[in-house]
Amino acid sequence: MTQSTAVFALRNVTKTFPGVTALDRVKLDLYPGQVTALVGENGAGKSTLVKTMTGIYQPDGGETQVAGEVVRIDDPEAARQLGITAIHQETVLFDELTVTENIFAGNYLTRGRLGRLDWPAMHERTRGILADIDAPLDPKARLRGLSIGQKHMVAIARALSVDARVVVLDEPTAALSHHEIKELCGIVERLKKAGKAILFITHKFDEIFTIADRYVVYRDGTFAGEGMISDVTEAELVEMMVARSVSETFPKQTVAIGEPMMTVENLNHPTEFADINFEVRAGEILCFYGLVGSGRTEIMQALFGLSKAVTGNVHINGEPVTIRSPADAIKAGLVYVPEERQQQGVILDLPIFQNISLPQLGRLNRWGLLNEAREYDVARTYGERLNVKTSSWDQKVGNLSGGNQQKVVIGKWLATRPKIIVLDEPTKGIDIGAKAAVHHFMSELVNDGLAVIMVSSELPEVLGMADRIIVMHEGLMVREFTRATATPEAVVGAATGGMAA
Amino acid sequence: MANTMTQTAVPNRLSNHWLHHLLRWETFLLLVTVLVFLFNSLATPYFLDPWNLSDATFNFTEKAIIALPMAMLIICREIDLSVASIIALSSVSMGLAAEAGMGPGGLVFVAVSVGIVCGLFNGLVVTHFGIPSIVVTIGTMSLYRGIAYVILGDGAFTNYPSGFEFFGQGYVYWVFSFEFTLFMGMALIFYGLLHHTNFGRRTYAIGNNPTAALYSGIKVNKHKLILFVMVGAISGLASVLLTSRLGSTRPSIAFGWELSVITMVVLGGVSILGGSGSMVGVVIAVFLMGLVTFGLGLLNVPGIVMTIIIGAMLISVISIPLVAGRLRAAREQRK
Repeated sequence: MTQSTAVFALRNVTKTFPGVTALDRVKLDLYPGQVTALVGENGAGKSTLVKTMTGIYQPDGGETQVAGEVVRIDDPEAARQLGITAIHQETVLFDELTVTENIFAGNYLTRGRLGRLDWPAMHERTRGILADIDAPLDPKARLRGLSIGQKHMVAIARALSVDARVVVLDEPTAALSHHEIKELCGIVERLKKAGKAILFITHKFDEIFTIADRYVVYRDGTFAGEGMISDVTEAELVEMMVARSVSETFPKQTVAIGEPMMTVENLNHPTEFADINFEVRAGEILCFYGLVGSGRTEIMQALFGLSKAVTGNVHINGEPVTIRSPADAIKAGLVYVPEERQQQGVILDLPIFQNISLPQLGRLNRWGLLNEAREYDVARTYGERLNVKTSSWDQKVGNLSGGNQQKVVIGKWLATRPKIIVLDEPTKGIDIGAKAAVHHFMSELVNDGLAVIMVSSELPEVLGMADRIIVMHEGLMVREFTRATATPEAVVGAATGGMAA
Repeated sequence: MANTMTQTAVPNRLSNHWLHHLLRWETFLLLVTVLVFLFNSLATPYFLDPWNLSDATFNFTEKAIIALPMAMLIICREIDLSVASIIALSSVSMGLAAEAGMGPGGLVFVAVSVGIVCGLFNGLVVTHFGIPSIVVTIGTMSLYRGIAYVILGDGAFTNYPSGFEFFGQGYVYWVFSFEFTLFMGMALIFYGLLHHTNFGRRTYAIGNNPTAALYSGIKVNKHKLILFVMVGAISGLASVLLTSRLGSTRPSIAFGWELSVITMVVLGGVSILGGSGSMVGVVIAVFLMGLVTFGLGLLNVPGIVMTIIIGAMLISVISIPLVAGRLRAAREQRK
């Protein structure tokens, strides 16, 4: 294995926070022109590592080397000057500014002694950078109007504008559609050719195996292994991550399908979707598959009472129901685990037990007076059932990892004893252990006679968990598959509007 | 993949170190209040007289009772800048009703009803059209007081029925005025409402994350509407107290009070961004402001200087813990 010297290296780097050691004597080597994938479960220390590399945190011990020299990265500005740049999961961009303004924010080109801003030069450079990464964007366009994928291109262009040597991509694909991910891969390929050292953080294995050259595995804040991608298999990577072997990927159980739980007829929305008809039965996992923007989430939100302009009939347990608000939906036995966990699912600053009791305060507490003992009981029951990892039940949800936050959301809904649970991208951005726990749990739920509706963009998950798949395309239900008839090619073909028979 | 990890029992809550309680905002405020109290009692011999202290409470209780629901509204990420104008409009309405021969009980009913209508209007505009409350209530601040001016012009209502003066001037027992007793009672009720009811819990939830609160089945708009109505109703009640104490209504009554009310709430540790704060903090802040004003009054400090001192106090009390925290963090980093 011949390799040039590392452009960026960490040796024995340690970072502790009160009560936890987030990084424990880890090492990392990044080489020019190579993509290194950093894998690890949530809580393995990936985010801390990125923050340490970009000067947001200062390590408590160890050594950082850039091009062989020991350096200190005291603040983000120092990181920028060393040529280290990061593109985060939720990109930090300004919606009200133009593409150029975003790219040069805080780092404007000026001219003359008075330091007047040199807009023509900045627009020109922007055009050049965008052309380099094949991003057909107008430098003067405001970000507000761009798609998430396009915003990512802007973020990458911003990273390139500072002549970065090291580019960190922190879960860049979490919010992207299939097509946008392909574009991103193209950009990464070009960055590689330009000799940048790239650190790629993702939970998706298919991406690791397409994009990365090397891998580094962290587990619980420690270094767990590294090597060339060509020398490793997915199962081996997973084993390194979790230090236990994976026997089955999807814990799908065969459950007797029962009576229809919910029937939806002629659901229509003026702009988002039309002519939606389906039913879901007790013991059944029904998946809605489709590209981002195909109307899946909008249907679920409409059913949950979040959309005013919707018409149609819904029956739950054979009874017609009118759902005008989430409160109505919960009363009818329909609950919704939203896609945007942190914005819509949990209240980060409230403790776990208060998050879990929130939808049913009226049921738990007589006369409207709080009874914390009962709230704690409910939180403990469902928190333990979902194996939420926490030091106490009055821990703020914001202190938990993404996977545990998702468990809190699911626990909150189960505590209301629903008949139908809708999970919208339930495993987005959570680590593989938590993912498996969520899948396991879905199986348990249908076993208990619930009806589960899952919206997902991840094909393996859909194929692995669904009893039935409804494929959406541009607001219409285009095809329906049973578990037996679904093949990856046919499902993706239908979702992209292909006429594959 | 079976998760074989078993969990040891997770406690409901971790026990807090006693220092943790000591470092709370409320403790700090209480400390400042005690210091001001001691300073006042040393600075002037008239301060520690029970009747003087009782008189001093009249200067802030009317504002203070509005601060209670206002704290909940601000925790819920909304604000009402029209409270002083609601006082004016309620007062003018009482004046009209008194001219028509209505008795004290009727006047209270009129004032509170006008307050409810004003609060309902604020709340409906905010929730129904989704306009930020700061904009809506800047508008209604002018609107409500404007109506008061149109009705009353340069004149004044002074013919209030006998018995009406009790609300603003009467005593329940010894030095305890009706106003002060009412404030203390309401402070207890609002403490319970915010910290021990579903309603209070939902207020925090909405203030922290309105979207997630909505997705959790909370009727966010209805909740906000109730809070606006509550603030309106209690502004009407404050109008009864103030009008009764002054014995007259002019359209400029309670001018500029909305800022004093909000100052009390913010000084009490309620985040102006919503989501956090406590009723205890607000009540202590009320007393702190009352004591400072009273002490300065005894020392013959002119009103304008007093405003400057109150402003400086607000900024310093709020910034001291922030600055101290930052210094501590900087020192720890240097270690």
